[in-house]
Amino acid sequence: MDFATFLIQTLNSLQYGLLLFLVASGLTLVFGIMGIINLAHGSFYMIGAYMAFVLSSATGSLVWAIVLGIPLALIFGAFLEWALFSRLYKRDHLEQVLLTYGLILVFEQLRSLLVDNDVHGVDIPAFLGASIQLTDVLSYPVYRLAISAVCIVLAVALYFVIQRTRLGMMIRAGNDDRTMVEALGININMIYRVVFALGVALAALAGMLAAPISSVFPNMGGQVLIISFVIVVIGGIGSVWGALVAALIVGFADTFGKVLLPEISGMVVYLVMAAVLLWRPEGILKKG
Amino acid sequence: MSNMLLEGRELHTYYGASHILHGIDFHIRQGEGIALMGRNGMGKSTLIKSMLGIVRPKHGRVLVRGDDYTKATTYRTAQQGIAYVPEGRGIFKSLTVRENLLMSARAGVDGQRNWTFDRVMETFPRLGERINNGGWQLSGGEQQMLTIGRALMTNPDLLILDEATEGLAPLIAMEIWRIVKEIRKTGIATVIVDKNHGAVTSICDRAMILVKGEVVFDGSSDEIRANPDLIQKHLGVGH
Ligand SMILES: Nc1ncnc2c1ncn2[C@@H]1O[C@H](COP(=O)(O)OP(=O)(O)OP(=O)(O)O)[C@@H](O)[C@H]1O
Ligand SMILES: [Mg+2]
Repeated sequence: MDFATFLIQTLNSLQYGLLLFLVASGLTLVFGIMGIINLAHGSFYMIGAYMAFVLSSATGSLVWAIVLGIPLALIFGAFLEWALFSRLYKRDHLEQVLLTYGLILVFEQLRSLLVDNDVHGVDIPAFLGASIQLTDVLSYPVYRLAISAVCIVLAVALYFVIQRTRLGMMIRAGNDDRTMVEALGININMIYRVVFALGVALAALAGMLAAPISSVFPNMGGQVLIISFVIVVIGGIGSVWGALVAALIVGFADTFGKVLLPEISGMVVYLVMAAVLLWRPEGILKKG
Repeated sequence: MSNMLLEGRELHTYYGASHILHGIDFHIRQGEGIALMGRNGMGKSTLIKSMLGIVRPKHGRVLVRGDDYTKATTYRTAQQGIAYVPEGRGIFKSLTVRENLLMSARAGVDGQRNWTFDRVMETFPRLGERINNGGWQLSGGEQQMLTIGRALMTNPDLLILDEATEGLAPLIAMEIWRIVKEIRKTGIATVIVDKNHGAVTSICDRAMILVKGEVVFDGSSDEIRANPDLIQKHLGVGH
């Protein structure tokens, strides 16, 4: 592998890993803090991608689609938490799996009714349409760099919120002892709603950002859901930083696996997961 | 009755099929101190949790400042100026000492902000030395100081201490008692559950004794101290 190819694959790994982090961070928070296994989390990614398609067709730009899509996703997430997920906290995992699996079917059906069952492309915003020439034949699209940059900014922002703000302290405290948080006069249900809505918005944003690269198609959330659960498990349930490290590991393993070990590329990520779990059964960073 | 802070009327609480509280009446006024006494398993913690909505009584009512809080969520009851230090401490282990205090900071019911971060630091100098330590790195005594400090950060009118000195070395327990006395002097009402009957009855003017989920004594602490029989009968070890 020459250096330019290596560089391109490295950038692709980073971009893919960071995008997965956006999806997995919400999944791990909801799982770790509220104790909910949410199979419908991949659907939020799908919904984001379709919002990118519909809204960018309507407004003429992916940027506008994202500006409109994020508040819509937040509202949608808060509504779902209020209407459905808040009823699941005290239920066992089987009931959670049943409801959230049902939601996947509902979301896909709605997608089919409201849009259609075709594959759609989404245009890259014109100002990010260029490519950087690396060698005579190899170049790297600016749009992918932009995705990585957005994800890095969001990861830093998430770090700031969780580590430095009172809301973040309350979120972490809720992870330790929910009843005690309430006994201090804090409305933990509202905190759960915020966390859930944030998770939905991050997954939807990942879908919106990915739409021009992967295109938009039915059931696109399924693959992302599985890989996100792999990340949550590798990273340690409830750990956002674990999810970041794990997402990058998965990004590199998947991207380089396809280049270096094309025969078994589909398995590489799972082999990595098995190796990490043998080394640390609780995940890389458990909670924190 | 206007200065009534917290009241439980005819409380019956169950854990599954077991009937724990058998119609308890409890009340505490502004500034009052109550020693809540009784042997292990008599329902002291359950009474506290029932009034805070942490467990739900099957019958009976809870009133805060005269208003019905029977069905209120725990956080709304707590927001009425009631701070709770549970048995087993309950600090947030993944937060630092500073974060444990800051996350709960809030003005009191009347908007008072007597208890600031700095005042809690003055009251518990040991916490100051540990300010950036994680909750899991503290000794038992330090954890207890932290839960009390955290409760004070909510600027409460009522502080409930459930077994605050349990498992602490005598010197540390003495330090806690000294601080609790100091807090009492500021006029905060307190409910204290503790095995050290001498200490609680000297700090609190009133005492209640529970036996098997019923109130067998509700009177002045002086009366209890003047009646060693009472202590022997209801609180002594063995039967
Ligand atoms: N979560 C629970 N589930 C079932 N039974 C419980 C539970 N908590 C307490 N009990 C039972 O309820 C009774 C009263 O317990 P409670 O904790 O209120 O007693 P206590 O007076 O606080 O005792 P201690 O001095 O041991 O703290 C005991 O018999 C106890 O075993
Ligand atoms: Mg108890």
